[in-house]
Amino acid sequence: MNAPLPDVAGLLDQLAEQIRPAMSPDTALVGIHTGGAWVAEELHKRLQPVLPLGTLDISFYRDDFSRIGLHPEVKPSAIPFVVEDQSILLIDDVLHTGRTVRAAMNELFDYGRPASIKLAVLIDRGGHELPIRPDFCGMALAIEPQQNVQLRRNEQGLLTLTVV
Amino acid sequence: MKIHIKNGRLIDPANGIDRPADVFVAAGKIAAIGQMPDGFHANKVIDAAGCVVCPGLVDLSVRLREPGLEYKATLESEMLAAAAGGVTSLAIPPDTDPPLDEPGLVEMLKFRAKNLPGPRVYPVGALTQKLEGSTLTEMAELTEAGCIAFSHADAPFADTQILLRALDYAATFDYPVWLRPQDAFLARGGVAHDGPVASRLGLPGIPALAETVAIATVLALARESGVRLHLARLSTREGVDMVRAAKQQGIKVSCDVSANHLHLSEMDLTRFDSNLHFLPPARSLRDRDALINGLKDGTIDAICSDHAPVDDDEKQLPFGESSPGASGVELLLPLTLKWAAENQVPLAQALACVTRKPAQILGVANGHLGVGAHADICVFDPEASFTVTPKTLKSLGNNTPFLGLELPGVVKATVIDGHVDYEVY
Amino acid sequence: MPDNLQLTPDGKLKHLLTLDGLPSRILTQILDTAETFMDVGERDVKKVPLLRGKAIFNLFFEPSTRTRTTFDIAAKRLSADVVTLNIAASSQSKGETVLDTVANLTAMHADMFIVRHSQSGAAHFIARHVAPHIAVVNAGDGRHAHPTQGLLDVFTIRRYKGAFHNLRVAIVGDILHSRVARSQIHALTTLGVPEVRVIAPRTLLPTGVEQMGVHVYHDMKAGLKDVDVVIMLRLQNERMKGALLPSAQEYFKLFGLTPEKLALAKPDAIVMHPGPMNRGVEIDSEVADGPQSVILPQVTYGIAVRMAVMSMLMGPTA
Repeated sequence: MNAPLPDVAGLLDQLAEQIRPAMSPDTALVGIHTGGAWVAEELHKRLQPVLPLGTLDISFYRDDFSRIGLHPEVKPSAIPFVVEDQSILLIDDVLHTGRTVRAAMNELFDYGRPASIKLAVLIDRGGHELPIRPDFCGMALAIEPQQNVQLRRNEQGLLTLTVV
Repeated sequence: MKIHIKNGRLIDPANGIDRPADVFVAAGKIAAIGQMPDGFHANKVIDAAGCVVCPGLVDLSVRLREPGLEYKATLESEMLAAAAGGVTSLAIPPDTDPPLDEPGLVEMLKFRAKNLPGPRVYPVGALTQKLEGSTLTEMAELTEAGCIAFSHADAPFADTQILLRALDYAATFDYPVWLRPQDAFLARGGVAHDGPVASRLGLPGIPALAETVAIATVLALARESGVRLHLARLSTREGVDMVRAAKQQGIKVSCDVSANHLHLSEMDLTRFDSNLHFLPPARSLRDRDALINGLKDGTIDAICSDHAPVDDDEKQLPFGESSPGASGVELLLPLTLKWAAENQVPLAQALACVTRKPAQILGVANGHLGVGAHADICVFDPEASFTVTPKTLKSLGNNTPFLGLELPGVVKATVIDGHVDYEVY
Repeated sequence: MPDNLQLTPDGKLKHLLTLDGLPSRILTQILDTAETFMDVGERDVKKVPLLRGKAIFNLFFEPSTRTRTTFDIAAKRLSADVVTLNIAASSQSKGETVLDTVANLTAMHADMFIVRHSQSGAAHFIARHVAPHIAVVNAGDGRHAHPTQGLLDVFTIRRYKGAFHNLRVAIVGDILHSRVARSQIHALTTLGVPEVRVIAPRTLLPTGVEQMGVHVYHDMKAGLKDVDVVIMLRLQNERMKGALLPSAQEYFKLFGLTPEKLALAKPDAIVMHPGPMNRGVEIDSEVADGPQSVILPQVTYGIAVRMAVMSMLMGPTA
């Protein structure tokens, strides 16, 4: 909590450089709503892949639906390319339990059978509950279980990290 | 049995009495008012302190569901319910199963009722056989068996030629005819008042016209035949106006309203509660206000309960599929008191609408407490109130639209023919 | 007329029985949610796992093919288990009451009932008697309401017209017997359509229909003038000839939608119909199949709207 949080732009640059060697021209970027989509947008700018950016809202795939119900502001998923046989880089802002990523992979498979999926996250905060680990990671951050890392975007589009 | 009812406020509208006075009963009659007669030794003393002592209520429409419909309610249960409501005389509509169209049925009913505690029972005979509106009943025989009038209950009467003949035949012998005015065709298929609420809820409507067209027809036929006509269960403003005009023209007509219609309107239907499914339907607020005022100014003579217990299997259904009818003999007094309180009607005037006036329509000498009259007495606490629940009702029918409501007036004792038939001390 | 039966104390949807009295906040939320389901039908796997393991019972006390099918598809796209009972043909004829049927299915661990019944208020009646965890969706009750149809109609209008606040909408035909019309009127007025018209002969209009917030017309020429949306209603066969109308031919002549009559509406007006259509009775084939018709998209949207309703009802509140 007291550790100073790094500058998001710097983290994004570093993450992009990690990813670049592994990118083939036809790799598709898919961000998970909402924070993951922001990160994906930034990476898309930096990496300039051929395919347009995809976004997923995993509200319909959550495993806690029967506990918390439908999110009142669910957004449409938009996958503007063919998923079948596609190499996909799935992007989220913070990796915590891994459940969001599982739901996102389930949803992706309903669009088709991808050739491969790799995972990129800005922050890995620990607390994994599923055998899911990032292939690319901006930084690992050790925080208390009851704390949360949040990515926020202001009106100018500036991204910041906060621990709450 | 000698009864002394002491410390009460005696209200006897027929004799213009409203003052503290004791009542003395002996041999089934009123023995004295005020002063204890010499040598009177009461076997029973009822302390009516804080209570009103009035004639037992006379209810012009109570279905006891016998014969034939005992699964809905029984004579025993409903007679007890009536006594608990302070009702000491009641008229039974002929829509039993089979209908009261044969002297044997009427005799059996009177015999059964006579051997049970509870109010005096006055059957109303069927005007046509099986209430089918085609063949007249043996009215003279039925009268001999105990019918005090003839009616068609809620059964449709479509053929006006046969209706005229039925009225003519009854008029020949001066038998009163009670009709609930409703044009069979205009009401066909309807379950609720044809107005904005039913339209919104998609419930097939019974237009106010169904009543006014029938009143116009029946009044014309009655004038022609000279029959003693009683119009049952008025529900519309125009209907009240038509009866007012007819009375002014000197036509022999009386009419009643059900206690339900004094308090309910189409606005109460919004939850599709089938307990509000009764006939005629609760109409607009405007109609309800006209009924309230028509009763106040005397155009409407009497209030009845239109008691119709319905069993759960027939009531726990979507509105339009449920059987119409509301249980209410125990609510006649409370709903009358509520009407009086809400509309600044003096208590004596209100009680006249459920005692003396309906007794006159019945053509019996009940409904008053003069010395020598039948000792049919109701003692109630006008200040106490109760909440209507299936448990507080003695009737087997729990189908009242007033469930959950708090109503004024708790009956403390009911004396019928000089016997205490109900008491809660 | 608010009906608290369908909202929880904190204002969430608990049952969907009627659109009458539902706040525009809820209507908009349903439409927005439906929007997110629009692409599910175009995916490789046409379903999402949202309602996996939920048991949804279609209780059709009145026969229906189309509505039942769309509810069926919607439930299956949400991965629910769907059981359809045509009760009209089964237990009711054996004397089982509605409440017995409901109690039996509850014992089979139902989570949701989709109810169609010929009696107005039947869905309310069932909702009042179900166990607290069960949600009820009215799929049409008598003449009263058909809320998912009303919702899919406003969803269609929003997709083609963008907004509601500047529209004139005409509903044409048998308003008296139409639960669809009632639900449409409530949805349109709640969402802020400033002018909703109904066009019909007096025999097909309910008493006091103006009190539902509509303008009444008896003439297509005046009624269709400058409208943005024309909604045609189905005329039931048994009502085409009798005491309500003299003949289907005269009805078509006076109230059928032809290209000539449609020309009176705005040039970009859309034509809707809840189906199934009687071509040549209420609508000319040239209009039904023409460029202004959005009748087939309505069917597609109906699935997304029903998915939205079901998913909103099956949450922690249910």
